[in-house]
Amino acid sequence: MIALQRRADPSRLMGYLAPLLALGITLLAGLMLFAILGVPVGAAFYAFFIEPVSSLYGWAELGVKAAPLIIIAVALSIGFRAQVWNIGAEGQLILGGITGAAVALMFHQNDGWYVLPLMVLAGIAGGMVWAAIPALLKTRFNVNEILTSLMLTYVAVLLLSWLVSGPMRDPDGFNFPESRMFHDAALLPRILEGTRLHAGAMVAVGVVLAGWILLTRTLLGFALRVNGAAPRAGAHAGFSQPKLIWTALMIGGGCAGLAGLFEVAGPSGQLLPSISPGYGFTAIIVAFLGRLHPIGVLFAGLIMALSYLGGESAQITLSLPLAVTGVFQGMLLFFLLATDVLINYRVVFK
Amino acid sequence: MNETLMLTVLTIITAATPLVYAAIGELVVERSGVLNLGVEGMMLAGAVCSFAVAHHTGSATLAILAGLLAGMLLASIFAFLTLSLQSSQVATGLALTIFGIGLSALLGQSLVGIAFAGLPSLHIPWLSDLPVVGRLLFSHDVLVYGSFAIVLLVSWFLNRSRAGLVLRAVGDSHDAAHALGIKVIRVRYLATLFGGGCAGLGGAYLSLVYTPMWAENMSAGRGWIALALVVFAVWQPGRLLLGAYLFGGISILQLHGQALGINVPSQLMSMLPYLTTILVLVLISRDRGRIRRNAPASIGQSFYPTS
Repeated sequence: MIALQRRADPSRLMGYLAPLLALGITLLAGLMLFAILGVPVGAAFYAFFIEPVSSLYGWAELGVKAAPLIIIAVALSIGFRAQVWNIGAEGQLILGGITGAAVALMFHQNDGWYVLPLMVLAGIAGGMVWAAIPALLKTRFNVNEILTSLMLTYVAVLLLSWLVSGPMRDPDGFNFPESRMFHDAALLPRILEGTRLHAGAMVAVGVVLAGWILLTRTLLGFALRVNGAAPRAGAHAGFSQPKLIWTALMIGGGCAGLAGLFEVAGPSGQLLPSISPGYGFTAIIVAFLGRLHPIGVLFAGLIMALSYLGGESAQITLSLPLAVTGVFQGMLLFFLLATDVLINYRVVFK
Repeated sequence: MNETLMLTVLTIITAATPLVYAAIGELVVERSGVLNLGVEGMMLAGAVCSFAVAHHTGSATLAILAGLLAGMLLASIFAFLTLSLQSSQVATGLALTIFGIGLSALLGQSLVGIAFAGLPSLHIPWLSDLPVVGRLLFSHDVLVYGSFAIVLLVSWFLNRSRAGLVLRAVGDSHDAAHALGIKVIRVRYLATLFGGGCAGLGGAYLSLVYTPMWAENMSAGRGWIALALVVFAVWQPGRLLLGAYLFGGISILQLHGQALGINVPSQLMSMLPYLTTILVLVLISRDRGRIRRNAPASIGQSFYPTS
């Protein structure tokens, strides 16, 4: 009979090993899934994991997809550590895209250097405003932030759909639900010629460093961690709970908004009815896979970006449905949560 | 009775029924001290499986059964991870939703665009033939009657039965329940599976009756609204029924708004259920004492038997 026995102290080794173990099991389960779907396993493996990164363009695309995931996931891990469950990053991302695009459209006859910085500020502010609603409702009225932030995501999707088919629609666009194309001053600079890799990738690395410094080297980071591990101890130490909730949500909203602006001003160059393929939700998995640690998030973001690219490549070469990506991501999180048991428990055979 | 009014009431019933199922299941789960945020994923799994079975066999009974089982299957993954492996309930519930959305889209890709006749309404001799009342109350499909039955059953179970008392004890203090010799983990497993089955039935109703077809992500946040409904109901089955019908009424406003001459873009009308959910949560949650008195005390906490 197999049983779990609680360890005296959490195992650090298992903390690092569990994500790798989870990745390995996900890989095996994924290959089994392909076999069940009747797809040649070798070809599927190649299409999913090798083909996307077998060219420089592929690596650049990896960066394009990883940047928003990393930016959001670093911010979410800070919140999750403080037990603030902002799961509406997708909505905050959309709002950032909308407000950033609004600035670009406002200045569409103007190519000053200040357009892009203004868009960045507007994007961050848009995400923050959207995250301020759950923060306010949580601190003032004790409302669960999980449900409010998620409800606001649905509202954001509808808001975007209305804006691109109404007020922000391209006046010369034959009624397509799209905004005008931005002009060059409103586009992110590319950092690799001939690819779509944009400056957002560098910002993502910056966000990782900033997150790492915040969590490990500042009092605020310490307060956030204490609040998550032992809320009452935090209260006795004088860390204000409402202030930490606000901080966590503002960081989350700001970063998600920034990521949304990057999507709009980077890969798409205009406001489209769909800004992201669920980066805001996938970032939750990235945060957990990265152990809620900025450096871990960096690697986890690259892995999850590969799952997007692999899904697209498998769709093209093997005509597998894109939904395979979602199944992979869900399985990965399941296996991660399952292997996490090894951190606090020992498996014993009785 | 006015025809428009009659149709409105009938649509409210179809809009409320999936919410009743999903929310009553989650209510039982939460009363046992478990918070399963995967309702949305389980609903989608139920929706796609029951639609697939309906399409391939043509049997409504088998289709409903498939929805039930699909929900329970996903719930069993959640139960194993949170109850046997002590994983975080919040994180595991989110994983279940992400997984359910992906899995249902994968399973349903060959079903998109196929229509289904829908569930037949039960004909009850004499009662269904009554004027007005017959159509209003006695012309529904089996799942609508089932939703009322299940709420009554849960209400009786929680407040009047010994097993219900055990379940509530587990939800309010798992350590005390364990000390009394109650098998905490087993009770929670059963409650979680019941919740999954109910969410699956709610999903089945969506794809068999509400819009008899399959579309990716067709539950459109109803699983999350169901979670909010449990809070709205302060964990009481009777209030939950009221809440579900209130939401059913609001969500059909968008359908009837245009007919009534309300000239608001459809997207803005579609925001109403989500905005109402937030508003309702504010109204209920601001009374901290009330939440504390009614919420199961050990909700969301893992249980590891110490002796």
